Amino acid sequence: MTEPSDELRDLVDRGLARIAEAGSVEAVDSLDAELLGKRSRLTEMRAALREAAPETRRELGQALNAARTCLSDAIERRRGEMSAERRRVELLSETRDLTEALGRASIGHAHPVTLTWERLEDTFVGMGFAVEDGPEIETDWFNFEALNLPVAHPARSLWDTLYVDTSGAQAVGAEEVLLRTHTSPVQIRTMLRAVKHRTGPPIYAVCPGRVYRRDTADATHLPVFHQIEGLVVDRGISMGDLAGSIEEFTKAYFGATVTSRLRPSYFPFTEPSAEMDVSQPDGSWLEIGGCGMVHPNVLVHCGLDPEEWSGFAFGFGIDRLAKIRHGISDLRDLVTNDMRFLEQF
Amino acid sequence: MRLPLSWLRELTPVELATDELTEVFAGLGLEVEGVDAVGASYEGIVTARVVETAPHPDAERIQLVRVDRGDGQVLQVCCGAFNMAPGDIVPLATVGTTMPDGMEIVAREMRGEMSNGMLCSARELGLGDDHSGIMLMDPATPLGAEVAEVLGIGPDVVFDLDVLPNRPDALSVLGVARDLAARLGLPLRRPEPRPVESGDDASSMVSVEIIDPGLCGRFLVRVLSDVAGGRTPGWMAQRLTAAGMRPISPVVDVSNYVMLELGQPTHTYDLAAVRGGCLRIRRAAPGERLETLDGVVRTLGSRDGVITDGDDVPVGIAGVMGGASTEISAGTTDIILEAAWWNPMDIAVSSASLNLHSEASLRFKRGVDPGLAPLASGRFAELLAEINGATLHPGEVEDLGELPRSEPFLVRTDRVNMILGTDLDVREVSALITPLGFGAEPAGADLQVEVPGWRPDCSGEVDIIEEVGRHYGLERITKTTPRSPVAGALTATQRRRRRIRAAFMGAGLSEAMPMPFLAPGDLERCGLDPGGLRVANPLAAEESVLRTSPMPGLLAAVAYNAARRIPDVRLFEVSRLFGPGELVVDRDRSAELDRVLTGEAEFAAAVLAGGDSTEAVELLEVVLAAAGVGPLALHAEELPGLHPGRSASVEVAGLTLGAVGEIHPEVAAAHDIDQRLGWLQLDLDALMRLPETVVRVAPVSRYPSTDVDLAFVVDERVPAAAVAATIHTTGGELVTGVELFDVFRSESLGPGRKSLAHRIRFCAPDRTLTDGEVGELRTAIIDAVESTHGASLRG
Repeated sequence: MTEPSDELRDLVDRGLARIAEAGSVEAVDSLDAELLGKRSRLTEMRAALREAAPETRRELGQALNAARTCLSDAIERRRGEMSAERRRVELLSETRDLTEALGRASIGHAHPVTLTWERLEDTFVGMGFAVEDGPEIETDWFNFEALNLPVAHPARSLWDTLYVDTSGAQAVGAEEVLLRTHTSPVQIRTMLRAVKHRTGPPIYAVCPGRVYRRDTADATHLPVFHQIEGLVVDRGISMGDLAGSIEEFTKAYFGATVTSRLRPSYFPFTEPSAEMDVSQPDGSWLEIGGCGMVHPNVLVHCGLDPEEWSGFAFGFGIDRLAKIRHGISDLRDLVTNDMRFLEQF
Repeated sequence: MRLPLSWLRELTPVELATDELTEVFAGLGLEVEGVDAVGASYEGIVTARVVETAPHPDAERIQLVRVDRGDGQVLQVCCGAFNMAPGDIVPLATVGTTMPDGMEIVAREMRGEMSNGMLCSARELGLGDDHSGIMLMDPATPLGAEVAEVLGIGPDVVFDLDVLPNRPDALSVLGVARDLAARLGLPLRRPEPRPVESGDDASSMVSVEIIDPGLCGRFLVRVLSDVAGGRTPGWMAQRLTAAGMRPISPVVDVSNYVMLELGQPTHTYDLAAVRGGCLRIRRAAPGERLETLDGVVRTLGSRDGVITDGDDVPVGIAGVMGGASTEISAGTTDIILEAAWWNPMDIAVSSASLNLHSEASLRFKRGVDPGLAPLASGRFAELLAEINGATLHPGEVEDLGELPRSEPFLVRTDRVNMILGTDLDVREVSALITPLGFGAEPAGADLQVEVPGWRPDCSGEVDIIEEVGRHYGLERITKTTPRSPVAGALTATQRRRRRIRAAFMGAGLSEAMPMPFLAPGDLERCGLDPGGLRVANPLAAEESVLRTSPMPGLLAAVAYNAARRIPDVRLFEVSRLFGPGELVVDRDRSAELDRVLTGEAEFAAAVLAGGDSTEAVELLEVVLAAAGVGPLALHAEELPGLHPGRSASVEVAGLTLGAVGEIHPEVAAAHDIDQRLGWLQLDLDALMRLPETVVRVAPVSRYPSTDVDLAFVVDERVPAAAVAATIHTTGGELVTGVELFDVFRSESLGPGRKSLAHRIRFCAPDRTLTDGEVGELRTAIIDAVESTHGASLRG
């Protein structure tokens, strides 16, 4: 006759093996009745415990309990597994091809000019510049005269200007009203405001905005485009500061390996004036805009003493930078609003 | 300015390679826009004499020309030109020659006759654009000589320099050479003409008088005789051609050559045609007429200057163009040569108002060196004498008007270093500017600077600082970075604008950027007021109106895409329009006014093709939430361009912020759009005036809520928002949510009635509401809605 403990071990081993093989919740349920139910061998052995010798009863009782717990845990675990499997099979009947949903979302795209505009703003904000703003309809004084371009100045021919028809507007008088040809009048407004409200100098500001030229739209020109203008006015500002600030911007905007250089040029509102170039991977230089030291006459027009304050200004085309960055071959794409163009951004 | 390198080298011995020179020019602010090689090779083109000409037996448009290249052998050439006669000396491209354009000359048969080479026109030699016949050379030319050697022509390189308005000196070879010599430390060889003088004194032949001294600062003339005949030498023709001018005749060519070389335009008059030998300078009388050299009769105004003869009849427009009546002709023997200095502003105004722009007027309006007239007239006489033996009468006849006076001024070394960020001493500053012709007298640590006549752009310290920087080299300036004391940040408005853009994009709209110009009729086509500012000088009618509304631009964008089978586009725009308003000029220049046109305003607008007013309202809520403003109220209104039954004005905190709804179907149809178009337009200037709501948190109740569904039947004219408002008002803080979950219309409700089904959520902050309390609230709400809106509870 086998010892009860041997039989018990055998019972548990075989029970566990059968539980592991149970393939459905129903199979687990019937095993539950068979192994742990009223007519199970375990129940019988529990009943037979009363007849066991007192010295072995306690030990056997503990073994019986352990066996029951072991089997019961395994049954519960297997029942959970089988129940989850049943739910999984049920859910598989709801199977969907998720790729069917691709491409249906209505995705909004930012305009490439806005992308570049905001990137520029963020770069300059990071360099400690404020962002200023001014009107697109300007007067001759702000657009030209205050910028050291008096009436009939020969350099005015550099800007083909669109004028506003002011017939019928008495308030205007003799002054020409025009669509600003550059963002430079915002410099003037920024300085005048700062002086008036005693909020500066120091002035560190950029002025992005839309500008106008009397030009026919073609692949490289638009009569309406965007510029960003930078202005710094402080004590002791030098051309070295200008070159260094352009270099800092160049690295921040174009990447750490890109460098910049200044080349002499001419603008009536700055002196000395320069063109800004940035280096290209092939070793050539790409012209990105103009800059220079704010002309003393411009400072005087804004109520600043050029002996006390000096400054620099720079400006470049936002559309042009967008064109370069995104490989836009025809600037007219920027104003046509063709979805096939816009949705690429 | 197109600058032949050989010419430049005549004035300064520059030996740099083309690309090095290009870099040096760039460093001087003379950007090279192009480099052309001209006159490549003339090897094999030799002089030959025409022995005889004969018709081609089998071709009418070519003839047989037999030529002798000096070796006694007669060569036959077939030639398409008929301008030569026996005895003429012509350039012959011999067999084996490669022409400058790359064509190779071979012996070949042309309709049965052998052609052993090609006779060349001036154009084929790169000397001007004359292709009307074979170039006829000086009869004294030896035969069989290389044409290039005889004419003094050869390969050359032409730099096309972008000369900016502040550098009138660089509109001449001399000026560019001076800049280059200074930069490279080379000597400058200024032409020093020594023309031979003979005959009567010029003052006995001509007289000049400046009547308007403000217009003309200097009027110097010389008289030359025996100017007829001769031919422009090849080297001169080649340089003129390379510089972009056309060789015409010795007198004209020499005048142009001197202008290009020295920067001083000159003008020549046929002495015989100048009545009284007298030239006077005055303003034109309004309406005065003159036929200019180009054969056009021009009507002048008082802004123009004229040169008149002894009878006070105009013979030229000052500084712009000469008159036809005194033009040099083939029979002219004596000429008056004029070298003048005109007031630049007058010439700028005159040539602009006459729309007449010449090489001369370009130089005069930028500013010519007032000291240049004697040198230029001497150079002219010397060159013309070399060509055709013209003789120069002794004496300069001259009158002076007002010339710009340039006083020496102080250039402070400290200031130079402060502006440039350099560390130069006074000797270094002086050494940088004196090679350019500036006088520099030390004055302590600073310099007293005198400006030469060829730099009228320099009138003060800062101009000299620029010159120092240019010749020191901007690339040598140490880069430093100033530290902004300003905390860089976007303003609240700028951040809000970005959030608004982001909200549109999050809602699936793409950003459009139409041009802000409209064509006449665009606004009417949108059912809008056609008013609005006009552009005074538009290039095209389609760009003549400044938009007062974003509607035409966005609808055009929808139509553009629809026409390309791209329906359902959802576009937004955040930009400016030019609405009705006053033009206000800021006369005290205070910049207090931030608009010139009071109606210039920022907007945000959106169009939803295939979408309706419901979608537009949802979009409105998304955008206003992003902007941080609310609560909003909608007022049904018939608005221009919008669907009369599906549009409303948008109000927040008593301010009208814009409109929402659908585009009027007829407006859509007028744009060839056959979809519904949801529409939203917001006045961002008004919106930005609203303070951004700073959220103060209301505690969230810990107690359970209760929902009650109530459907009210009301008249169609009762807005759902009004019913909801009544529910809120009645229930007070205990109503925490009102959701309109169903709108139902049916004949069973009666005509013009609708059912609005609401789910109302009740919740108290401090307790669980009892059934009794909820019941009371329910009854109160039903009573209020029924009595306020003529509603009945739907059972």
